Amino acid sequence: MEPFKIIKSIATPLDKVNVDTDQIIPKQFLKLVQKTGFGQYLFYDWRFSTDGTPKEDFILNNPKYRDSKILLTRDNFGCGSSREHAVWALLDYGFVVVIAPSFADIFYNNCFKNGILPIKLDRKKIESLFKTNSEIEVNLENQTIIIPNETISFDIESHRKKTLLEGLDDISITLQYEDKISQYEKSQIVF
Amino acid sequence: MNITEKILARAAGKTSLSPDDVVFVNVDKVMVHDVSGPGVIAVFEKLKKKGMKIEKLWDASKVWVAEDHFVPSPDKVSAQNIVLLSDFTKQFGISKHFKYGMGQYGICHTLSHEEAMVLPGEVYVGGDSHTNTTGALGAFAAGLGHTDVAYVLLNGKIWFKVPETLYFKLNGKLPNHVMAKDFILKIIGDIGTDGAAYKTMQFGGNGILEMSVEERLTLTNMTTEAGAKSGIIEPDQKTRDYLAARGATKYDEIHGDANSEYEKIYEYDASELEPIVAKPFSPENIAEARDLSTTSLDKAYIGSCTGAKYEDLQAVARILKGRQVKIRTEILPAAISIFRKAMDEGLVKIFMDAGAVVGPPTCGACCGAHMGVLAKDEVCISTTNRNFPGRMGHVESKTYLASPLVVAASAVTGKITDPRDLK
Repeated sequence: MEPFKIIKSIATPLDKVNVDTDQIIPKQFLKLVQKTGFGQYLFYDWRFSTDGTPKEDFILNNPKYRDSKILLTRDNFGCGSSREHAVWALLDYGFVVVIAPSFADIFYNNCFKNGILPIKLDRKKIESLFKTNSEIEVNLENQTIIIPNETISFDIESHRKKTLLEGLDDISITLQYEDKISQYEKSQIVF
Repeated sequence: MNITEKILARAAGKTSLSPDDVVFVNVDKVMVHDVSGPGVIAVFEKLKKKGMKIEKLWDASKVWVAEDHFVPSPDKVSAQNIVLLSDFTKQFGISKHFKYGMGQYGICHTLSHEEAMVLPGEVYVGGDSHTNTTGALGAFAAGLGHTDVAYVLLNGKIWFKVPETLYFKLNGKLPNHVMAKDFILKIIGDIGTDGAAYKTMQFGGNGILEMSVEERLTLTNMTTEAGAKSGIIEPDQKTRDYLAARGATKYDEIHGDANSEYEKIYEYDASELEPIVAKPFSPENIAEARDLSTTSLDKAYIGSCTGAKYEDLQAVARILKGRQVKIRTEILPAAISIFRKAMDEGLVKIFMDAGAVVGPPTCGACCGAHMGVLAKDEVCISTTNRNFPGRMGHVESKTYLASPLVVAASAVTGKITDPRDLK
């Protein structure tokens, strides 16, 4: 995982509640086993018509948001299936921050395993962000989102913050103790 | 402590725990299937590239594997994944691999109870969101993402924040026309699809004591649709009998203390419950079946971990016996053991006499993958657990979720039908 840096980008407003992982990455793409390359299938049924042409009215197809790194959305984002492909698709597409009033639990956990920062904000602050039409700055170190004329603070558990800033996933953290693990394993008698 | 807190405390080696405590727990069982398995393998490959040696799992005897989403293999990629999974279980010495076409196999959550893979008091995690199902046996059961499952496979541990518990008390026995599915849909309608986010949903009261183990499994299965971390029911004599019939008698039951605490208690009177249908496109979008009696349907689907257990099929057979289906009706028992029993007990004959098709166990159409997906504008009534846009096929198809009784009655009339209104 890459260490998390300050993100400056316009936020893509996806004005929907209860966006489930079936919408984020439809089932036909679950067969693919590599962790990369899922971005092209992100929100597939919303982005593309059945003949494969982009749907112009879908927000991700608006050229203004083409290089956006921040997804702004509504309650219970990531509900439904536990497929980690949903996070892989968001990341591969280019999103590194998702901001919502609430997230589904498994999705929320999966974000941290892959270097995406999910930010929970109360609905009033979410409204201010939906009204912002220019670049915003997400600073994880300071736990702030800077929009014109306002700085919004957000909460994050300290160990989650540390792992993102250092680019460590759970397994990398474990690997930091590899010496001790090997030492312990050597001390065990195997029958 | 309530049952969930006590199970987590036991697994964490603590004497006491409270909601919001973060603990590392020892996992008793872990499951992967043909979607999460290859996902885990991808995580392992990434680790190997980083230089990590992965030669063995923490404890292969505690790992079990199901083939359910993409079986029978609908295409080459899916077939390859099944090969990948077989290589994986061979490499790491996992003996509990339920293979399609080799005796018992089925949907992972169904196998978890049919084969007594998980026992009361255990901590069970799986690479699938409906892992919650098995909590009906009195275990702590929760779904994880692929990276977390990979971690558990290597270390045998995982951390949890102890969830708050919402307690749903059912007073009285469900009437004959109402099933557990109606009760859980009613609850999801009341609390919403994020009403139990990161909480445990526990079910109790004399109505639950009256309920069979299979019906209880429908309740815990659908806790996922309310965003719950887990669903749980205290084990009782019915649980013991159910497990004993499957050869499992040795386990340490855990029960909540007399002064168990819950964040909130909801009470329901069984006599007031009605057959419920969740309309497109959310399990919380509920209505009474009778209020939807003009809704025309193209297909009835009876399948999945939540709606194709043996008693679900019995309910369907009670309706279809001596009747004919008016719309396409597909019945896929959730495991081979259930299929066999349905055959031995004459249910399959009833289904076929009624004109329905009976197919092999698979998650196939429930997740819109294969084996009976929906076309544009097709309308389906289904015993499954999700009805998001495109869940069962085309993004402009529609799925109504209902109990096996309502789905079977609707198959007979071609419209959404309360079983009481069937002539």
